[in-house]
Amino acid sequence: MDSPPTADSTPTEVQLIEESAEFAALRKTFRGFVFPVTAGFLLWYLLYVLLSSYAPAFMGIKLFGHINMALLLGLLQFASTFAIAAWYARFADRRLDPPATAIRERAIVINPRGAGE
Amino acid sequence: MNILATAATEHRGLTITLFGIFVLATLGITIWAGSQTKDAADFYAGGRGFTGFQNGLAISGDYMSAASFLGIAGAIALFGYDGFLYSIGFLVAWLVALLLVAEPLRNSGRYTMADVLAFRMRQRPVRTAAGISTIVVSIFYLLAQMVGAGSLVALLLGVSGEGAKRWTIVAVGALMVIYVAIGGMKGTTWVQIVKAVLLIAGTALMTVLVLAKYNFNVSALLGAAADASGKGTAFLEPGLKYGATETSKLDFLSLGLALVLGTAGLPHILVRFYTVPTAKAARKSVLWAIGIIGGFYLMTLALGFGAAALVGPKTIKASNPAGNTAAPLLAEYLGGGAGTTGGAILLAVISAVAFATILAVVAGLTLASSASFAHDLYANVIRRGKASEKEEVRSAKLAAIGIGAVAIVLSLFAEKLNTAALVALAFAVAASANLPTLLYSLFWKRFNTAGAVSSVYAGLISSVTLVFFSTVVSGTEKSLFPHADFHWFPLENPGLVSIPIGFLAGWLGTLLAKDKADPAKAAELEVRSLTGLGAH
Repeated sequence: MDSPPTADSTPTEVQLIEESAEFAALRKTFRGFVFPVTAGFLLWYLLYVLLSSYAPAFMGIKLFGHINMALLLGLLQFASTFAIAAWYARFADRRLDPPATAIRERAIVINPRGAGE
Repeated sequence: MNILATAATEHRGLTITLFGIFVLATLGITIWAGSQTKDAADFYAGGRGFTGFQNGLAISGDYMSAASFLGIAGAIALFGYDGFLYSIGFLVAWLVALLLVAEPLRNSGRYTMADVLAFRMRQRPVRTAAGISTIVVSIFYLLAQMVGAGSLVALLLGVSGEGAKRWTIVAVGALMVIYVAIGGMKGTTWVQIVKAVLLIAGTALMTVLVLAKYNFNVSALLGAAADASGKGTAFLEPGLKYGATETSKLDFLSLGLALVLGTAGLPHILVRFYTVPTAKAARKSVLWAIGIIGGFYLMTLALGFGAAALVGPKTIKASNPAGNTAAPLLAEYLGGGAGTTGGAILLAVISAVAFATILAVVAGLTLASSASFAHDLYANVIRRGKASEKEEVRSAKLAAIGIGAVAIVLSLFAEKLNTAALVALAFAVAASANLPTLLYSLFWKRFNTAGAVSSVYAGLISSVTLVFFSTVVSGTEKSLFPHADFHWFPLENPGLVSIPIGFLAGWLGTLLAKDKADPAKAAELEVRSLTGLGAH
């Protein structure tokens, strides 16, 4: 938690990591996934909430048996939540964990104090 | 006396025995966990030794409160489709936690939410703000659970009278303090795991029994529920609860926003991510939690519609107007009906599970708020970081006793408050005060101390103020003060207004502040949150 105060002129080791191309690529990969996906599922959820309030006729359309549009869309919210979670897990395993581990381990080799308190 | 209360006297002995076994077993776990708790990391974070699956179960245990078990099943039984809307918001919310919060928080923080908010800011003002908002959110949530516990016991055990309710609240409060003060995070986590397994097993058993009545034909179950509801197909469509007026539609939108954005700002959920060793394990715990919680809400759908079809809304309403006893009544029916041994046994089992649920959730809330008091307010603000680890843990245990006492007293006064409104309020405060600050801290480099402080206080004050001037507090018969009317805010849930205020205040505070963000600390937080370099 408590790192020594840093001089303004010389960048700290962590700042050098942060400015490295490797880290920039990791950040880009991470944000490139989570920002659009978050925007997507929030809009999809909002659409569902608004349809529930303002489009009762549409939501009442019967599809088969007693299953109507409202129930189908509600269950689709469940399905999309499960799917996005699984998608992110795969993505993180393949695209985020390897570079994050590489950056962390190299930093620890250079400066063992960075390995945690 | 209603039907459930009559049946309750028959099964009371069994319920009390089952619940007694749960209390004894969890107290045993707590004492064992206490003997394993040596340092602050053990007390606050369970030694960070839980696996992703164990923590996923514990998160589910913390999240699936009595409000969701009894409340949602009851709301579906009475309002049909509109009861289901709650569970969708509660579930989708976990994606915010999974994608944006869980892993960076695990990497950057140590024991509390404020660790992350104060990481690159001036410690004292930010920790003060975050500590206050943690305690406010947890107390609202705690009140809802304890008030609920009081009325639930009266209903399930068939004891009437104010005395029984009050003693229940006091006993629940005393037990949660013991769990937290002795067992710390390790004990509390195991209590959550035991409770989650019991709750899921109980719900799954009932779901199978309900579906078996309809030969596993969901459409037939829905048809029977719609017929029995007396409302026909409208029962299966949105609108019975929220569709009445333009205001109630806006209120629903506001509630939906608070639910989906609140979860990732609930302190008692956030501290769960510290109980695992790595960010990857934190991710795994959220994945397990999404699976378990999602499965649970799907099952409450079967329970709610099952209760409507098999028990019928008239019987449910006669037992409890809000529908809170729909699930226990359904259990009795599935066991063989009122007056049968099978009915009494299943009713007793489900009642005991409901008590276990309440007890585990209040313990989690007490732990999160006392940890924040000790680690943020006492150690870092009052003692300016000079308290020893021992002093800090001791103050956390004392804080647990203090918060327990405050919660008991407030619950005794707040008995009339609507528990669903209190839970929704806790989510709204978490979404308005905590989430904006957390996201800005992690993702916006320029964010600074002034921004953090203004976003927490603006979100906190605006959400609490708006609720104070809404019909929750005054103006209608259901209000806290039914005979006074000083309400001017039309919605019951403040989220629609207070969440944007929280985000806006963080942005404005940052731009208007004289002190700039510390670039070295910002770089450190960014690298640590993404790679785990230097993580505890």
